[in-house]
Amino acid sequence: METLSAATYQAVYLLFTGDPALWTIIGISFSVSLRAIVYATPLALLTAFALAYLRFPGRRLLVSIFNTALSIPAVVVGLTLYILLSKAGPLGEWRLLFTQEAMIMGQFCLCFPLLVAMSHAALQSSDRRAWETALTLGASPLRAFLTLLHENRFGLVGAIVAGFGRIIAEVGSSMMLGGNILNYTRNIPTAIALETSKGSFAEGIALGLVLLVMALVLNILLGQMQGKGEVIQ
Amino acid sequence: MFRFTRILFALILLWATVFAAHAAPLRMATTTSTQNSGLLDLLLPAFQKKSGIEVHVIAVGTGKALKMGRDGDVDVVMVHAESAEKKFVEEGYGVDRIQFMYNDFVLVGPKSDPAGIKGEKSVTDALAAINKQPIKFVSRGDDSGTHKKERSLWAAADIQPAGSWYIEAGQGMGKVLQMASELDAYTLTDRGTWLAYKDKLDMALLNAGDVKLSNPYGIIAVDPKRHADTNYADAKQLIDWIGSQEAQQLIKDYRLHGEPLFIPLLLN
Repeated sequence: METLSAATYQAVYLLFTGDPALWTIIGISFSVSLRAIVYATPLALLTAFALAYLRFPGRRLLVSIFNTALSIPAVVVGLTLYILLSKAGPLGEWRLLFTQEAMIMGQFCLCFPLLVAMSHAALQSSDRRAWETALTLGASPLRAFLTLLHENRFGLVGAIVAGFGRIIAEVGSSMMLGGNILNYTRNIPTAIALETSKGSFAEGIALGLVLLVMALVLNILLGQMQGKGEVIQ
Repeated sequence: MFRFTRILFALILLWATVFAAHAAPLRMATTTSTQNSGLLDLLLPAFQKKSGIEVHVIAVGTGKALKMGRDGDVDVVMVHAESAEKKFVEEGYGVDRIQFMYNDFVLVGPKSDPAGIKGEKSVTDALAAINKQPIKFVSRGDDSGTHKKERSLWAAADIQPAGSWYIEAGQGMGKVLQMASELDAYTLTDRGTWLAYKDKLDMALLNAGDVKLSNPYGIIAVDPKRHADTNYADAKQLIDWIGSQEAQQLIKDYRLHGEPLFIPLLLN
């Protein structure tokens, strides 16, 4: 049994020697998850704003639905999209199964409810006067919306970080929709699953450490943005 | 009320202890394809009836199964990867290895067979035909017994598989079959998984029968000299029984979807 320290050493070694196979996997992981979060964030912020600031019938029900959607297992999301995208499924014509686009769709569905629920919580508890003042001062609704986001950047960036954390580490839907294809849809979590099934625990741990370090770096960067408040505008 | 809760807790604890005190079962690591074939559901109850030994099956990839054996996490290993098995024994992790049956690998692909491998006598010619066409081939890519077999077949055909047509999936056999079906690709599979999945796939069995496609199964006990706490006595009993005429006859008579799957090697 390889020790954790040996695995750590190997991970560091692989990272710093620029092992191309490892960096390809890391690149795919981040490219897919970043695209998913970039697509999901604007839509989620608008939804959260509507839920927090507008009054319409079924609003509370919608909030409950988004909160419930947080507990949908990733494999269920993966399976549902798989059935839709399969050759025999209604969207089979698109030929998207086992592509990065399919993975992005899966991760989008996974992070969207989380983004909405957390942003909604942040906006709900915010001071309504920011929005009203901006409007009174003659700002356009879009400008007022951006001001509101800026005012609540702490909670909102927190939501994005949590959403990103959920999808970058997610294995179930990526495995089903991407197919774990080498140099194309193999990301860090599916690679870890593969290494584990091969019995190469050291490589699995190494990839896990990479994921942790990358997440740490990203969170520090986002934390900086939170502090300076230049994330949304 | 509190009294009642306390009694309930005591009962639950007692129940849990009773279960924990149950005799140690024999732990066997095997491959998912072996478990998916359904053969173990026939063999192991028969063995338990005869010996009273309960076998816990852990189905994983070949590499992990052997690793569990090396780490002493299981007592016995049943896999189908000849050279890896020999290495396992040579390195002193396993003893009492026998090869007790075999089945075969088959090439499957789109029903229209665009590469025309149906008529090919040798599997290497079939692979060369696939290589000539702009058509995809899905590889297990997970270092499993099937993957090792596939790599050796490409090597025998003198082809270095690489490029966008060669999809390294890194998943189990059932998943790879589904992927090949979705992508209109060819793949190499063991016959058992093929029989279990074929009704759900848009594919056909296109090439089989070459002696190179034979897939022998081995069973190995974990060496008790290496891991003292391993259940060697029961493992030895299982191996002896698998080699017995009774078990060999069961293997011969086994049918999956009405078709014979395994050929026993030790039947008189």
